[in-house]
Amino acid sequence: MSTVRSIRRPAAGYLETLMEGQPQLRASSRAWINALRAEAVRHLDTLTLPTLHDEAWRFTDISPLTRLWVRPVRSVSDLHAADIAQFHLEDATTRLIFVDGVYAPQLSSTITDDGVMVANLSSADAAQAAAIKPDLGRHAAFSDNVFAALNTAFLQDVALIVVPRNMTLAAPVHLLFIATQADVASHPRCLLVAESGSHMTLIEDYVALQDGAYFVNPVTEIALADRAHVKHIRVQRDSVKAFHIADCAVSLGRSSNYQSVTVALGAKISRYNLNVLLAEGAECAVDGLALIAGSQLADTHTSIDHAQPHGISRQLHKCIVGGSAHAVFNGKVMVRPGAQRTDSNQSSRNLLLTGKAQVDTKPQLEIFADDVKCAHGATIGQLDDDEVFYLKSRGLSDSVARSLLTYAFGAEIIDRIPVASLKRRLELRILEQTGSLP
Amino acid sequence: MIYNDSKTLLEVRGLRATVNGVEILKGLDFTVKSGEVHAIMGPNGSGKSTFAKVLAGHSAYEVTAGSVLFEGKNLFDLAPEERARAGVFLAFQYPIEIPGVANSQFLRLTYNTVQAQRGQEELDPLEFDDFVREKMKLLEMSPDFLGRSVNEGFSGGEKKRNEILQMALLDPRLAILDETDSGLDIDALRIVSQGVNQLANRHNAIVLVTHYQRLLNYIVPDFVHVMEAGRIIKTGDKSLALDLETRGYDWVAAERPAAAAVAVVA
Repeated sequence: MSTVRSIRRPAAGYLETLMEGQPQLRASSRAWINALRAEAVRHLDTLTLPTLHDEAWRFTDISPLTRLWVRPVRSVSDLHAADIAQFHLEDATTRLIFVDGVYAPQLSSTITDDGVMVANLSSADAAQAAAIKPDLGRHAAFSDNVFAALNTAFLQDVALIVVPRNMTLAAPVHLLFIATQADVASHPRCLLVAESGSHMTLIEDYVALQDGAYFVNPVTEIALADRAHVKHIRVQRDSVKAFHIADCAVSLGRSSNYQSVTVALGAKISRYNLNVLLAEGAECAVDGLALIAGSQLADTHTSIDHAQPHGISRQLHKCIVGGSAHAVFNGKVMVRPGAQRTDSNQSSRNLLLTGKAQVDTKPQLEIFADDVKCAHGATIGQLDDDEVFYLKSRGLSDSVARSLLTYAFGAEIIDRIPVASLKRRLELRILEQTGSLP
Repeated sequence: MIYNDSKTLLEVRGLRATVNGVEILKGLDFTVKSGEVHAIMGPNGSGKSTFAKVLAGHSAYEVTAGSVLFEGKNLFDLAPEERARAGVFLAFQYPIEIPGVANSQFLRLTYNTVQAQRGQEELDPLEFDDFVREKMKLLEMSPDFLGRSVNEGFSGGEKKRNEILQMALLDPRLAILDETDSGLDIDALRIVSQGVNQLANRHNAIVLVTHYQRLLNYIVPDFVHVMEAGRIIKTGDKSLALDLETRGYDWVAAERPAAAAVAVVA
């Protein structure tokens, strides 16, 4: 008997469900924020939720999301420091904490002096707000992206970081987004403006204090001016029933440097779109790890756009897929006409732990310049028998040998995280998840 | 060293093994007693490395005939990890790299796993650190190697020293060193050999699998065996290695056509 694979369309009207509460949002005191929201609402009139028919979503069926009856967050959970101690990172002394998308001042620790701003937009003064106006909503396109448009339509508060010219923030900034309620939708928004010659490290961290289903739809914009250096670590450890659909847009000025490590561990369905645009002589390293099992799906779409000459990009994306989980990677590297002397290297490496695990990977190079050095590649495999044998010949059982190798496969990415406390935390989490070392 | 009162550690009789359906070992006999050092030499493709991997239990090799007793017990009843715990150790020709796992972590895990299985004391990280640093002195290894990922970015010589370090930690009864001399410069060869010599005692035995006589200037064997087409076709003392060095392997096979014919019939 032949079966016809039917493509489930998102329930008609689900976008309306997601828009519930938007018209009732309190108007911002800043007219331009209201205008930005209105612009997003206008686009949403013509946008629809993606289906498997859309090229960019052909492996990621979001119809399970459309069966989740979410509502906007109405009540704010009253959390205390002890409730979130487990997420505390010792070396990140500045932190902005959002609970179900709502800023929690009592848990946060801000900086607003010497021109540095690490705070929420609502607490910014007029001059500070005016300073970020050219950037907010200008890097993450939402005219053709329904989820970014939704986020922008709900734009109320923003995790805001401004690092002034030539300043170095020694300690990392921790943005912590905590999900405490099931059946809600939240739309976190982050903006980082790194002025010329500045240096900073940003940790964007999504966690849950419950194991229910919810929808989190973040948008992050990062603008690096000339010679700015930003390290960006993004950790998605939502509940395994959650839906996490995120957009991140990074604009690199001349000779700037952006290094990101993205780790996806949680969510039933997660999608991360990362768009990096490089100006002349800019350099980026964009690494990622998805470690999933059960019936999880983790989809990473990246675009590295060499718009100008002398750019350098490096990308290592790894997926470890167990159970009947499904990982998707689509990595596009674009070298525009005139972007000569571009140096790009992209690698997608995937480890399938079971017969039912699935990976769809598509590294993509589009080159429109003739004097470039570009390489890409993808591997999909299981643990190497010779490697397992080596460890067994040292007395380790088959399961410990396999766990250790699985851990090591992921640890290569975790190793690149420049924040010791976070790195240690994730190593332990991955050890636990791969059932390895004592 | 040959001792009068030594026990038989390993007894291989008529061993045949295949890989992907191709027979590599074709009726191999080999006996090792405690205290002894054996060298197995032979041309490429004669089955030396296959023999080493069969003893350690690599799943790619299928044993089709013959027997191997280790301390009187059937070795093939044991999984590779059980053989390691029972005291069989293989130093790999190409040790694997494990990026992301610190060497110290790996060494302690293997040490404690084997100790626990042998009903002996496990060490916590601090105790182990002292213990392993002592052993590293034997191989003139810098403590830096503890913090680095297992074998990652190690030179050929450093990987081989790390293998012998594992031998020192796991304290095997039977150590099989598969081409441990390959890729070593003269200094590394001396250091690795000294390490092995210090680990050799009257209760254990060492089997060196090698192409070159050079190694045997440093680790002096009690027996030298020549392997050819999956069998041991000649056994002698250390002077045999010198003959092989000057005359090559061909004369050995030519000298014993009758034995070869008998083996085929058998």
